[in-house]
Amino acid sequence: MHALTPFPLFRKTLLGLTVAAAMSTAQAGEVEVLHWWTSGGEAQAVGVLKDLVEAEGHSWEDFAVAGGAGDSAMTVLKSRAMSGNPPSAAQINGPEIQEWGELGLLGNLDEVAEQGDWDELLPDVIADMMRYEGNYVAVPVNVHRVNWLWANPEVLEDAGVELPTSWDEMFDIGEQLREAGYVPLAHGGQPWQDATVFESLVLSLGGSDFYRKAFVDLDVETLESDTMIEALQTFKRLRDLMDEGMPGRDWNLATSMVINGDAAMQLMGDWAKGEFIAAGLEAGEDYVCSPVPGTESDFIFNIDSFAMFRVTEPEAQEAQQTLARLVLEPEFQEAFNKVKGSIPARPDLDMSEFDSCAQQSLEDFEQARDGDTLVPSMAHRMAMNSDVQGAFFDIITNYFNSAEMTAEQAAERLARAAEAAG
Amino acid sequence: MDNVIRRRTIGARVARFSLYAVLILAALFYLMPLVVMLITSVKPLEEITPGTLLSLPREPTLAPWVKAWGEACTGMRCEGVGGYFYNSIAIVVPAVLISTAIGALNGYALTKWRFKGSELVFALMLFGCFIPFQVVLLPMAQTLGWLGLSSSRAGLILVHVVFGIAFTTLFFRNFYVAVPTELISAAKLDGAGFFRIFWRILLPVSAPIVVVSVIWQFTQIWNDFLFGVAFSAHDTQPVTVALNNLVNTSTGAKEYNVDMAAAMIAALPTLVVYVLAGKYFVRGLTAGSVKG
Amino acid sequence: MKPASTPAARPGVIVPRAGRPSPAARFQDWLPRLVLSPSIAISLFFVYGFMLWTFILSLTSSRMLPSYEFVGFAQYARLMTSDRWWVASTNLVVFGGLFVAICLVLGLLLAILLDQRIRQEGALRTLYLYPMALSFIVTGVVWKWLLNPGLGIQAMVRGWGFENFRFDWLVDPDMAVYTLVIAAVWQASGFVMALFLAGLRGIDDSILKAAQLDGASLPRIYWRVVIPCLRPVVFSAVMILSHIAIKSFDLVVALTGGGPGYASDLPATFMYAHAFTRAQIGLGSASAMLMLGGVLAILVPYLYSELRSRRHG
Repeated sequence: MHALTPFPLFRKTLLGLTVAAAMSTAQAGEVEVLHWWTSGGEAQAVGVLKDLVEAEGHSWEDFAVAGGAGDSAMTVLKSRAMSGNPPSAAQINGPEIQEWGELGLLGNLDEVAEQGDWDELLPDVIADMMRYEGNYVAVPVNVHRVNWLWANPEVLEDAGVELPTSWDEMFDIGEQLREAGYVPLAHGGQPWQDATVFESLVLSLGGSDFYRKAFVDLDVETLESDTMIEALQTFKRLRDLMDEGMPGRDWNLATSMVINGDAAMQLMGDWAKGEFIAAGLEAGEDYVCSPVPGTESDFIFNIDSFAMFRVTEPEAQEAQQTLARLVLEPEFQEAFNKVKGSIPARPDLDMSEFDSCAQQSLEDFEQARDGDTLVPSMAHRMAMNSDVQGAFFDIITNYFNSAEMTAEQAAERLARAAEAAG
Repeated sequence: MDNVIRRRTIGARVARFSLYAVLILAALFYLMPLVVMLITSVKPLEEITPGTLLSLPREPTLAPWVKAWGEACTGMRCEGVGGYFYNSIAIVVPAVLISTAIGALNGYALTKWRFKGSELVFALMLFGCFIPFQVVLLPMAQTLGWLGLSSSRAGLILVHVVFGIAFTTLFFRNFYVAVPTELISAAKLDGAGFFRIFWRILLPVSAPIVVVSVIWQFTQIWNDFLFGVAFSAHDTQPVTVALNNLVNTSTGAKEYNVDMAAAMIAALPTLVVYVLAGKYFVRGLTAGSVKG
Repeated sequence: MKPASTPAARPGVIVPRAGRPSPAARFQDWLPRLVLSPSIAISLFFVYGFMLWTFILSLTSSRMLPSYEFVGFAQYARLMTSDRWWVASTNLVVFGGLFVAICLVLGLLLAILLDQRIRQEGALRTLYLYPMALSFIVTGVVWKWLLNPGLGIQAMVRGWGFENFRFDWLVDPDMAVYTLVIAAVWQASGFVMALFLAGLRGIDDSILKAAQLDGASLPRIYWRVVIPCLRPVVFSAVMILSHIAIKSFDLVVALTGGGPGYASDLPATFMYAHAFTRAQIGLGSASAMLMLGGVLAILVPYLYSELRSRRHG
C-alpha cells in the first residue's frame, strides 16, 4: 500500500540513494508493466511473462488498462510521463517508440541486447524498430500478421460453401451464407477494425509496392489512383456481408460470433487466434485460417513490443533488464506466442510445437522478407505517425459508415490528409 | 392547489386516471435501464439471449455478483471490483468533506463579510464549474508530478477538491445570501468574530445546503472516470476505472451478467444516497440554490 | 434560528470601542479575505493558470508531449479545415439544443403533474431523479445494449411479433447523435424536474387562488401565471444543462464511441482523441480553447445577470 504514502517519489529516491550506496549486487526489484492485453487469450499470454519474471525473484505490478486498442492505456501513459512517474515498462509499438525516444524518456537496453546477441537474433525490420539512435530501447514480443481470414468450417459446410480465394467468391458465398441464416462476415465497427479490414483489401488489390507507396510513402497519386478507389468500393461492399449490430463491437466479440457459429468468417489479425485458443479450439479442425484472398505471398506485420522507461533505482533497473532478457528467451517466446496467436519475434525457434496457422505465418514471414513483400500495418501504428494515421482512420471509417461519401471523395480526402502531413 | 382537479365529475376522473398513467409511464422509462441491469445481473449466462432483455430470470443466481465483487478478471488481475470500491471510498470521503467545508467558509465569507471585489472573486471562482476537464488533464498531470502526488490517492483527492470547490462555493453562497444579514450585523456589533458567527449562526441553519453539497460532490467524485483513469496507478484506481476495465475485457463469451453486476456494485453507493437522501436534496435545492 | 445562541444575548463579550480599530479587529477585517485566499489561489492556478497553459500549448506544434515551439495560430487554421471538427461542433449544437429543450419541457411537465397531490409522490420523484446518481460508465453498457438493434429494444419488439419494427439509430450515422440525446435526457430530466418542483412549491398559493376565483381554466393558469413565475428556475436549469452538454464525454465514450465513423463526435471527445490518442496536443489544445470560448459565451450572460440581481436584492 505504498500508494498511501504522500510522497512516493521522494520515498523512492531516498530508498534508491541508500541502496545505491550500500550495494551493487542483484536485488529483487519491481517492474510495473503498462499494457492493454486484457482479453482472455492476451491475459493468459502475458501471465506467462509475469510468472517468469517472478521466478527470478522480481515482482511484477500488472497495470492493465482496457479499452479502445490501447487508447486509454496511451492516455494513462502520457499522464504518467508528464507527471515524471512513468511505469518501468509499457507496451509501445512501431514508430511511437521513436517519438518516445525523442522525448528522452526511454532507458537503454544495449547491455542485454549484446548479451543476447539481438543484432543476430532479430530480423532487421524488427531490430530497426526497437532502436532509437542506434541504441536498443525496446524489446519485441511477437510478430502478428494482420492479413488473415478466419472461418468456422462447420458453418461453411452447413451452407455448402468453400473458403473464398478471391473477392468475387467472397461475395458469392456471402449470399449463400446469408440464405443459410449466418452472418457471413463478423466485424466490429470501431475505427481500427475498419482500418484493419481496409488495409488487407488495399494489399490484396494493389500488391505490396502499391501498399507501401500508399501507406508508408504517403504518395498522393497512389492514394488517388483507380486501384485505391476500387479497394474503397470493395471495402464498402463488404458491409453487405456484415450484421447490423456491429457498431462499437469489440473485436473479440466478433471472433466469438465465429466461434459460436453465428458468423462464418472474420477478417482480423492473428490475435484473433488467441480467442480461438482460449475457447479450447483446434486449428485446422474447429477453425481454419487463410491469408486474406489475394495476399497469399504478402505479410502485413504488427509487432508488439515493450519499451523501457528510464528508471534510477538499481533494483528497478535490474528488474527491467531481467524483463527485457526474459521476453526474448525461447521459453517465453514459445509459451506466449502459442497463446497469443502470433509468431515469435526471433525466427530461430523450433516451430513444430506450434499450430498450423502459426507455422504458415512464419513461413510466409520469411518468404515475404526475402521477396520484399513484408509491409507494416497502417491500422496498428506501424506504418506512419499517429497524426496521419488518425486522419486516415477518420476518413476510412467515415467513408465506411456514410451513405453519401463516394469512393472517389474518400480517395481524394486520403490524398489531402497525406499532403497535409507533408 | 387543493381540489383543482378533484371535482367528482367523470371527466375529472378520466383526467386523474390519465395523470397517473402518464406518471407511471414516465417512471417506467426512467426505470428501464436499471431494471435491465438488475435482471441481467442475476441471470445465468445461458439465459441472456437477444430480445430477452426484460424477461425475468428462470433460475436467479447471485453468482455474477460474487464474481464481479471478487473474482472477475481484468488482464491478469482476477480480483473483481471489490478492492477498487474501497479505493473509491478512500478518495471520495475526504474529498467531499474538504470541498464542502471550504465551500461553506467561502460562501459565508462572500455573503456576510463582503469586501471590495468580493463579487469579482466569486465570479472568478465560479468559472471553475464550467471548465471542461479534458482541458486540465495534461497540466494537472505535470503539477501532480511536481507535488510528488502522481498516481496516489492524495493526488486524486487534491484534484477533486480543487475542481469541486467552485460548485460547493456556489451552493453555499446562494444559500447564505438568503440568510438575514441583520442577525449577523447584530452579532458583529456585539463583537463576535468571523468563525464564531459562522459556528453559532450560519452552521446551525445550513443542514439543507450541506446535504445538497455533499450529495452533489459525492455523486460527482464517485462517478468520475476521467481523472480516475488518468491520475491513478494499478493500486489506486477508483471503482469506475475498474468497472470500465472489466466491461472492456472479455474472455471468450462476454459475461454480460457479471458486467451488469459490477455496474450495479459501482452504482450502489450513489443510488443509496439518492434514494435515502433524495428528499432532502430536493428540499435543499428549494431552500436556496434554485434562486436564479 | 435561535436568538439565544447569538452572541448578542451572551454577556461578557468584548465590544470593540469606537475609534481606532484594535489589531484584533483589523485582523477580523482581514480574516474573510484570508479564508478565501487559498481558494482564490487554487482558482488562479488550477483554472486560470491551466487555461493559459492550454492556450500557450495551442500556439505550439506540440505532438506527443508538450513542446514549446511556437507556430502562431496554425493549429486553429488546421482545426477550421478539419471535417471532423465541424461534425463535432454541429453535433454539439444539435445535441445541446435538443437536450436542453427536451429536458426543460419534460422536466416542467413532470413537475406540474407531480404537483397535483399525487399519492406516492416521494417514490415517483426518487424514480425520476435517480439517473442523475449514475455515471454513464455504469449505465453506458446497458444503454448500448438497449439501443443495439441486434440485442435491445428492436430485437425485443420484433420478438413480440412486430417483424418490421426498426429502431437502429445507434447504427445509423445520421441518427446516432439522437441516441446521445435520449440517454442524456434520461439522465438529466429528472434533475430538472426536481428544480421545477422546488420552484412550484415556492410559488405563493394566493396568486393561484386569485386566478382560480377569476374562473381561469387550469392550463391557462399554468401558462399565464405559474410558468412565468418559474423564469429564474428555467434560467438556472438552462445554465446547468448547457454545461452538462458541453462537458458530455463519458456519455459519448460509453454509448457510441463517437461512431459510427465519427458521426456522433462531440468537441469534448474530439479534444481528447487528438490530445491523447493521436499525439496532437497542439491541435487538441486549440479545440479546447474553442470549447472554452463556447463556455464563456454561455457563462458571461449568466454571471452578468447573477451579479446584477444580487446587487438589487
